[in-house]
Amino acid sequence: MEEILKGIKAGEERAVARAITLIENNPSERERLLQGLYPLARLPYLIGITGPPGSGKSTLSEKLIRAWRARGIRIGVIAVDPSSQSSGGALLGDRIRMGDVAVDQGVFIRSMATRGALGGLNPVVFDTVLLLSAAGYDYILIETVGVGQNEIDIVNLANTTLIVTIPAAGDEIQSLKAGLMEIGDIFVINKADLAGADRMVLTLEQMTALEGATEESWLPPVLKTIATSGEGLPGLIEGIDRHYQYINKYGLLEEKRKVIIKKQLISLLEKRLKERVLEPLIGSAEFKRAISRMLNFEEDPYTLVEKLLQEKGV
Amino acid sequence: MAEQKIKVLIAKPGLDGHDRGARVIARGLREAGMEVVYTGLRQTPEQIVRAAIQEDVDVIGLSILSGAHSYLFPEIMERLKKEGADDITVIAGGIIPEQDVGALKELGVKMIFNPGTSIQEVVDFIKKEIQG
Repeated sequence: MEEILKGIKAGEERAVARAITLIENNPSERERLLQGLYPLARLPYLIGITGPPGSGKSTLSEKLIRAWRARGIRIGVIAVDPSSQSSGGALLGDRIRMGDVAVDQGVFIRSMATRGALGGLNPVVFDTVLLLSAAGYDYILIETVGVGQNEIDIVNLANTTLIVTIPAAGDEIQSLKAGLMEIGDIFVINKADLAGADRMVLTLEQMTALEGATEESWLPPVLKTIATSGEGLPGLIEGIDRHYQYINKYGLLEEKRKVIIKKQLISLLEKRLKERVLEPLIGSAEFKRAISRMLNFEEDPYTLVEKLLQEKGV
Repeated sequence: MAEQKIKVLIAKPGLDGHDRGARVIARGLREAGMEVVYTGLRQTPEQIVRAAIQEDVDVIGLSILSGAHSYLFPEIMERLKKEGADDITVIAGGIIPEQDVGALKELGVKMIFNPGTSIQEVVDFIKKEIQG
């Protein structure tokens, strides 16, 4: 463990990679790791990018990383893909589009499967963000397929969230989940050379305008790109810069962090309370007695719950 | 979440543009419960080794049809050693003539699968190698 921590401090990739595996696989080692890591962690700038399969997220990511690298920014990438529900395995293909940014020494890319995690704050992703910040990465890009609540929750960690979609005929709004509309800071219509792009821009602009822009609130821009040729990329990079300035001006980086660490503390408390209070209670004789009393309609569940908790001193 | 998963990198070094075999293997390993990182076509030894390290994989599966294995594999194995990552199990498949197999195994390639190998054989080999 000491060795891994030393390696992370020195920015050694092997140590960082091993530590992520510990975070994924081994809850008790993970706790020890995080205890050692916390004093080293910093507040990184988190960018989330999400959208349906085939919308060009990875190609866009590659272009963004290239532009940021030109400014000397070090970037960590967490590419999340769903695990197969039947086999538990996963196919992680986000590296395919990464090209030679994958060998850039200032870029660390890690693919990750969701492993059946329920929604909410995904502790594995969150702890990996902390780890990458401690290893000296300035920007952390989280890529997910925007299909389920799980993915939305992961992207919701981000300070700036990009929602990527492509021009679609007809039911264009159907392709964007309501939850995605709410968390998007920038909407990107990629493959904008396909028919219907302008109409899609218009529709999305009407939807975002409904959020009601005041002086201090952010009006999410709707931008067209063609990731493969690089068209529209300068506009997207500028849009991200503007959002970064905006969140800094209003102290939103800190504020978001506060919201997230509060959530993290609550979910850790829930877990420990479950282990230390709820689970022993469920295994107790009083609990069995309560069930039989309910079965016979001798006592109602509300009274019984209060009694059970009182016996435990809660 | 707290479970050990076998993680495999499937990579195609060299210049041939046929990755059907690699994709079939990647899917098959996923169906066997493994987490498979697929890197796509035309990967340089540097890209493959860097990906294997960052992803912290247990196994690297190299698929090659171009005949350049005798040139590319030594470089991959050498880079792994240099990075202290030669504990990763390396296996290969594709079109590799019988007379080259001995030399590749000497380099440290654990197993070479010929065309016609079933996915189950590959799965069994990996499980035995990693989980013992």
